[in-house]
Amino acid sequence: MSATIPGLEINRRQFLVAGATVAGGFLLGLPRGGSAGEAAGKRIGFFVQIERDGQVIIGSNQPEIGQGQRTTLPMLVAEELDVDWSMVSVRQMPLGIVKTDDGYAWKYGGQGVGGSTGLTDNWDYMRQVGATARGQLINAAARRLGVAESECTTRPGLVIVKSRGAEIAYGDLVTEAAALPLPEESPPLKALKDHRIVGKQQKTVDALDIVTGRAQYGIDTFRPDMCYAVIARAPVLNATVKNIDATAARKIKGVLDVFEIRGPAMGEPYQVLASGVAVVATSTWIAMKGRDALSIEWHASPSASDNSDDFWRENTDLLEGDGQVVLDDGDFPGAMAAAKTVVKHSYRVPFVSHAPLEPQNCYAYVQKDRCHVIAPTQMPSGASRSAAAVTGLPREHIHVEMTRVGGGFGRRLTNDYVAEAAMISKHTGWPIKLQWSREDDIRNDFYRPAGIHELQAGLDGNGKPTAWTQRLASASKYYRRPNMPDDELFGAELYVDDFPRRCIENVRLEYFHNKIGLPRGSWRAPAHTANAWVVQSFIDELAHDSGQDPLQLRLDLYGDERELPYSNHGGPTFNPGRLSRLLRFVAERIGYGKTLPEGRGIGIASHFTFGGYAAHAIEVTVVQGKLTIERIVAAIDCGFAVNPNAVDAQLQGGTVDGLSTALGLQITVKDGRIQQSNFHDYPLARIATFPALFETHILPYDDTPTGVGEIGLPTAAPALTNAIFNASGLRIRSLPVSDFLKV
Amino acid sequence: MTTFKINSRTVTFDGDDDTPLLWVIRDELRLTGTKFGCGIGQCGACTVHINGAAQRSCVTPVAAVADQAITTIEGLATADDRLHPVQQAWLELDVPQCGYCQAGQIMATVDFLKHFPAPSDEDIDSHMTNICRCGTYARIRKAIHRAAELGTVVESTGARE
Repeated sequence: MSATIPGLEINRRQFLVAGATVAGGFLLGLPRGGSAGEAAGKRIGFFVQIERDGQVIIGSNQPEIGQGQRTTLPMLVAEELDVDWSMVSVRQMPLGIVKTDDGYAWKYGGQGVGGSTGLTDNWDYMRQVGATARGQLINAAARRLGVAESECTTRPGLVIVKSRGAEIAYGDLVTEAAALPLPEESPPLKALKDHRIVGKQQKTVDALDIVTGRAQYGIDTFRPDMCYAVIARAPVLNATVKNIDATAARKIKGVLDVFEIRGPAMGEPYQVLASGVAVVATSTWIAMKGRDALSIEWHASPSASDNSDDFWRENTDLLEGDGQVVLDDGDFPGAMAAAKTVVKHSYRVPFVSHAPLEPQNCYAYVQKDRCHVIAPTQMPSGASRSAAAVTGLPREHIHVEMTRVGGGFGRRLTNDYVAEAAMISKHTGWPIKLQWSREDDIRNDFYRPAGIHELQAGLDGNGKPTAWTQRLASASKYYRRPNMPDDELFGAELYVDDFPRRCIENVRLEYFHNKIGLPRGSWRAPAHTANAWVVQSFIDELAHDSGQDPLQLRLDLYGDERELPYSNHGGPTFNPGRLSRLLRFVAERIGYGKTLPEGRGIGIASHFTFGGYAAHAIEVTVVQGKLTIERIVAAIDCGFAVNPNAVDAQLQGGTVDGLSTALGLQITVKDGRIQQSNFHDYPLARIATFPALFETHILPYDDTPTGVGEIGLPTAAPALTNAIFNASGLRIRSLPVSDFLKV
Repeated sequence: MTTFKINSRTVTFDGDDDTPLLWVIRDELRLTGTKFGCGIGQCGACTVHINGAAQRSCVTPVAAVADQAITTIEGLATADDRLHPVQQAWLELDVPQCGYCQAGQIMATVDFLKHFPAPSDEDIDSHMTNICRCGTYARIRKAIHRAAELGTVVESTGARE
């Protein structure tokens, strides 16, 4: 698809876009955000296209990583446009970058998916696109028949003019609609009760393409004259190339070129993650064979002494001292001194890898004055930046297309593989597709930060927690950000407004930064995965150590519904009463409190993540050191569920991700080398781990939807480990569980 | 030089004998529904049928399939309105999220159901080993049971692979 839309006219005053398609259809875009004033020159529009035959094509501006954006966002447009969902097809938009006098404008709005914001950012906007398009069609019908617009209404795909007994198909109005000026303000939106598409179960628009093998991912890109590239990456973190002997590799028929790829200086912001040697060939397999035939000598790396054992020891040592106090509510020392009971435990959260099933890959063709990138990415603007940085080309001459993405999980927020592909194409002058192997992927990731969490609480004579502290020594995700002061590193690992703030009076959070060089990044639901696990484990321990019921203690702490201020991502408020509601629900569903046979136990957990609420109740058996998950009950409160089918899928997937990771996954480093490499030693859970008794529930709350991609993950692990304790008395304070039990 | 049948078409590959079947299917034949996930036979995203049996094409050298008949996901159904019951069940349950593993899951299920036409959950647990990173396992399980039901019906009409 071309980056420019034929026939597009830009009405700069209103910042609306209307025009005719090549096929004579009607094209509409809208500005992102509110007033045209702030948006002027920055934001132009998204589009919906109606063809004469009634077919509706709705552009999807966001990357599809399996979270269902290609279904959910067009649903919003279709609802307001008032068309039959079966008449809608969806088209992927490329990155809509436009050069302006003072920077760049984004023709299709902000594009990128992370932090469960894809829906919330587009909820009003997409509906306005649909409502405005419908308004244009009504306007066109009214003019044709010489009636007032107020006499017109719509049924799916038709403008109805009752006074004339007329029904005009949208497809019949497109030419006139395309020529009409757009209104100053977008028409009012439908009430939720009038929805026919939104709020109802809709299936994945691409499901047929997927089950027939037609869906196109980044790896499926083939272009004329394309060559295939792989990179032999430094086996030790931060090692650089000393000498390359490519004699044997070059003898392999089909190997076209071999050359060095330079990595970043240690600790510096990166374009690519590791130094290496690129091999370009006539097929993927020949490139891989060429790589195997290389003999590379590496310089000694300053990271060659990095070891996981040392990392854990350093964190323990750090916790002996005083850290950065990042939250100090009330009088924590005073409350601790006055406490009747003090409970203290430490928890260890390992590094983990994203391991999306589609290994990183990217097509790039760098020419003298332009660059074409086709990539599976969560952040196409980042892809554009990466390609610009390594080619030196202006960004408006870098055309970035997004494919369907074989899993994101935060890994593809970083576009290092795009930079590598652009480097290789620039060096050779050829269109190339770079392909990572699974080993490349697991050993060259931006891992979820690891750390040791020390929790301590003081309880009064009634067992009520009055003082709470969490002291975290970890490797912050923000470690390599440009211009990041040391005292802000905690912000990626501790969200200060999380529970139990304001539910317990005296709360202190303390942070210690470990300077290990291992790359870190955003891993689905970032710090919530660690913090939900430790906080929900510790609450269970508090209950046990003070002779209280774990469910009741949580309900007492959460209290009734009320909006608490929440300044971290997912705010502006947090309502702990919504956690109580979910907890009661899952507890009842699983039969919490029922008498269980020997070796059987139930665990619960709940957490607020990025604006949404979730709870899990899990029942397990632990017999002779073997863990079996017997039953899973998961519930989510995402306000209003735009597509309950997709919400349910994300809750299922988040549950599996949370459990799979807690059960068996960790990344360790020895002498600067990542010790895991593929799914035999980084064992993602398979179907047998998950019981047939696996139920998911959506508890509607209000009219405001939140994103759901990350909400369902954080509570799965603590519900599991709390269940293990309940079943066996074994308290898991270090992940993964497979270090202690057969899973 | 290796000659084999793929989706009823006879093809010849003149590259190295040790080239994994996966890369011949993808790079040479451009049948991209079969996916690369791990390269060591762990994840199953590359599952195809060799003479009707599910195999992991990433660890199958092309020379091993000389004169054999391969079916890929593209060859499972003759048309969109004549989908294989397993594909139909996958659509009914709306299984895919990112979808990357699903062709492999479907190919594995088709073969599995030949051996276990009315599988129990334990049968599924013992024999379905493909990885889904998105965690669609709950729906996969339901879809397998549903496909078993559909398969019984379709078997009698003869609309099978």
